[in-house]
Amino acid sequence: MILQAPRYTQQSMVDPAGTKAALVDHFWHFLITTASIVTAIVFIALLIALFKRHRPVEPEEPAVQRSLTRWVSASVAVTLVIIVVFLFTDFRLGRAIATVPNRTPLRVNVIGHQWWWEFQYPDSVPNNWISTANELHIPVGRPVVLNMSSPDVIHSFWVPNLSGKKDLIPGHQTETWIEADSAGVYRGQCAEFCGLQHAKMAMLVIAEPEAKFDQWVLASRATATEPADSTAKAGGQVFLTAGCSVCHAIAGTAAGATVGPNLTHFGSRHSIAAATLPNNRGNLGGWILDPQRIKPGAQMPPNGLDPDQLNAILAYLEGLK
Amino acid sequence: MTATARVETLVEPELDLELDAVWRNRPGFIGWLTTTDHKSIAKRYVATAFIFFLLAGVEAATMRAQLSRPENGILGPDRYNQFFTMHGTTMMFLFAVPVMIGVGLYLVPLLVGARNVAFPRANAMGYWVYLIGGVLIYGGFFVNSGPDAGWFAYTPLSGPEFSPGKRVDIWAQMITFTEIAALIAAVIIITTAFRMRSPGMSLNRIPIMVWASVVMSFMIIFAMPSVATASLFLAMDRLISTHFFNAAEGGDALLWQHLFWFFGHPEVYIMFLPGTGIISSLLPSFTRRSVFGYPALVLSIIATGFIAFGLWVHHMFATPLPQLGQSFFTAASALVAIPNGIQIFCWIATIWTGRPIFRTPLLFAIGSIIIFVMGGMTGVMIASVPFDLQVHDTYFIVAHFHYVILGGVVFPLFAGMYYWFPKVTGRMLSETAGKWNFWLMFIGVHATFFPMHQLGMEGMPRRVYTYLEGTGWGDLNLVASLGALVIFSSVVVFLGNVIHSLRHGAIAGANPWDAESLEWATTSPAPSYNFANTPVVSGRAPLWESGDELPVMTGLARDRQQVLLTTVLDAEPDSRHDHPGHTIWPFIVALTIGIFFITLIFSPWGLPIGTVLGFIAYARYIWPKKSHEPAIVELPRSVPAAEVPK
Repeated sequence: MILQAPRYTQQSMVDPAGTKAALVDHFWHFLITTASIVTAIVFIALLIALFKRHRPVEPEEPAVQRSLTRWVSASVAVTLVIIVVFLFTDFRLGRAIATVPNRTPLRVNVIGHQWWWEFQYPDSVPNNWISTANELHIPVGRPVVLNMSSPDVIHSFWVPNLSGKKDLIPGHQTETWIEADSAGVYRGQCAEFCGLQHAKMAMLVIAEPEAKFDQWVLASRATATEPADSTAKAGGQVFLTAGCSVCHAIAGTAAGATVGPNLTHFGSRHSIAAATLPNNRGNLGGWILDPQRIKPGAQMPPNGLDPDQLNAILAYLEGLK
Repeated sequence: MTATARVETLVEPELDLELDAVWRNRPGFIGWLTTTDHKSIAKRYVATAFIFFLLAGVEAATMRAQLSRPENGILGPDRYNQFFTMHGTTMMFLFAVPVMIGVGLYLVPLLVGARNVAFPRANAMGYWVYLIGGVLIYGGFFVNSGPDAGWFAYTPLSGPEFSPGKRVDIWAQMITFTEIAALIAAVIIITTAFRMRSPGMSLNRIPIMVWASVVMSFMIIFAMPSVATASLFLAMDRLISTHFFNAAEGGDALLWQHLFWFFGHPEVYIMFLPGTGIISSLLPSFTRRSVFGYPALVLSIIATGFIAFGLWVHHMFATPLPQLGQSFFTAASALVAIPNGIQIFCWIATIWTGRPIFRTPLLFAIGSIIIFVMGGMTGVMIASVPFDLQVHDTYFIVAHFHYVILGGVVFPLFAGMYYWFPKVTGRMLSETAGKWNFWLMFIGVHATFFPMHQLGMEGMPRRVYTYLEGTGWGDLNLVASLGALVIFSSVVVFLGNVIHSLRHGAIAGANPWDAESLEWATTSPAPSYNFANTPVVSGRAPLWESGDELPVMTGLARDRQQVLLTTVLDAEPDSRHDHPGHTIWPFIVALTIGIFFITLIFSPWGLPIGTVLGFIAYARYIWPKKSHEPAIVELPRSVPAAEVPK
């Protein structure tokens, strides 16, 4: 379990933290260098053409025509060579990033919902199956194969520091892989327009050393922590009676719905509302009372809890480490 | 002045009165509804499209205001989604394609020396259908029923389950309207260009602008049926619960993407090719030489038209597709740079051996080349699957296609506006205002869209109504929003220039730029019948080659609307054809089409009611006139052009 502040990296494709993103970043340098040179040559030619001293030439004269034809043909030939080099480099890179490294990968199911991410860690033992939301834990240095699907509309999985996109399409199973080469928290965001809260459908990928990751897996397999005090206990009751359990599940309690995020280990998450707000008491209280203010259109309705109920449920949820 | 001398051969006072009586629009409001004059209709296309351009611009400016700061509150998600959907839909379907169609409908007959377009009634009907479609979707938008599933309307988000209400239905029907209008215009432009050219204008002498319009039209004919099918399937999924795109019932969400992008990518070139045509046709006037490499330019335009149909999957690289298949689309996407490169190299060669005259149209043409080259560079980059997977659906793509479309469509269009405004109105636009217009727009475009490359690489996705403070995207977004203000002010300068010049602009005369092509061989504005006598051409630059006198051909009837048809390859006089004249029925047929599709949004009764009304109106529209003469008179082939018998 990570309690200390993790290293947050700015969401960016030019600050790679994984194999695939690094290859593409490298390719980008090739692209921008070539493009800058070509653009500069074209612009210089254009400027000279515009501002050179225009001696009275007879443009239809055969010598002028021949010389122009030679220059234009040479430019086209150079363009063609650049394109061909580009294509071969690109095809090699394409095959490299499509191939999962030949080590035992971790497999995770990614399910896109309007407007949050569900991550399932399948296991042959049903009790060991982990379901969590908006935070994808992965071990550093081990490829992770993501099996992706969507029950509603098309979403697209994208964590720019680690890898490019893959769409989640209803009726299709899609697959991609990621690998982090250093520990850290990498933000990702849905990249295919998916409705009202497409803008606030983000996630955090938390990459940890293998041993730490294994600890997280063991902790996550456990059922929910028992409430520590009477307030939290009361909060558990509010959870079951005030309507929360219609959508959410907490393993080890009667709440088992799968409409919204699984909250079994909610207290250990960094953020709420699909990586929109830091997970603290104030944000959580505001979210529970009126999610529509933070994410208009979100599926979670406002909850008219009185202050005691709110206090209790906050204590309960915070205790779900 | 030689230009005047030339025009005089084409305008004869007594002939003018006679022909004008036959060709001119009827007076008053009725005349406005009944006209089949290509110039009146084309002006409406351009003016209507420009109003839609302004509306889409206001939408863009509002979105930029919302995005100027993180977590801004100007537009909520529901409004924002309507705004960006309307912005894209308007710019693509209601501005870019119709405005290029309008430019084509105005110029093609004048460039080939014809009196009107082919199928003049259908031309009128096409405009009315387009107008009804545009008014429908903005009607919906103004009562908070604007579409909100994106201009690309991906299923299942746009399907019945995730987009209840009428918003997407209105969108799908609007698409149908603009398809009908575009298809009609495409057939008209092709027929006009292939059968109504002046004698002597063989295929190798057709002005490049006409070639560009013809290729655009062929592309419309091949691309539009695909989106017609798609939008019909979507409408049926929504209205009568078919399941074309519903995975749960055996349909496929990806089917929509293939059908849509098979249209959607060629659409880019449908807008862009006429833009290149505009540049090729005004360069000679401002470099004082005919454009270099005519065959290469024409073949490049045609090649682009073909390759454009092999690129659509590059919009779908993140969907599950086999890698080998993707490679073909990568190759095609990169290779389209070759024909486009050829055009740019030929233009530079033209300027190189010419004598540039820095008037506003040339400035916009140069701006177009600069911006388009930058957009083209990122275009080749995103042909790469691995690179595209990173920048796909981010602001990098927003930057890329705005560079391409502003460089390839908007700048050439403004160049064309400054260039042909005197021909259309008889008055010049102000040069001073024109230069302000150019520099503001040129600076504004870079300020707005260049930072977006960086934003996309820093991970900012498209179509987001807001972003969090912690993302660090605030500053660049602010720069982009300020840039949008600069673009907006440039358009205001343009509007002011147009309004002022319409009344106070310098009188243009027939050929103010001393240009080479036929549209300048008649008065400005052109008379209702375009040319009193049909010009006869013997080269690619008729006004520069013919000396003082442009040869003409006489022999067309003066007492009715008669046009000359010539052969496809060599433009030899073939037959005379009587046009039906001005009529109200195209307008009424368009109305019944409107009733059909709009009623269908709300009730299945639209189908029988619209069909019956449409049938009646169309029957009246095509009802043969009582006439003692056949509508088409064959001409004997062996008669030289100048001596066609009356």
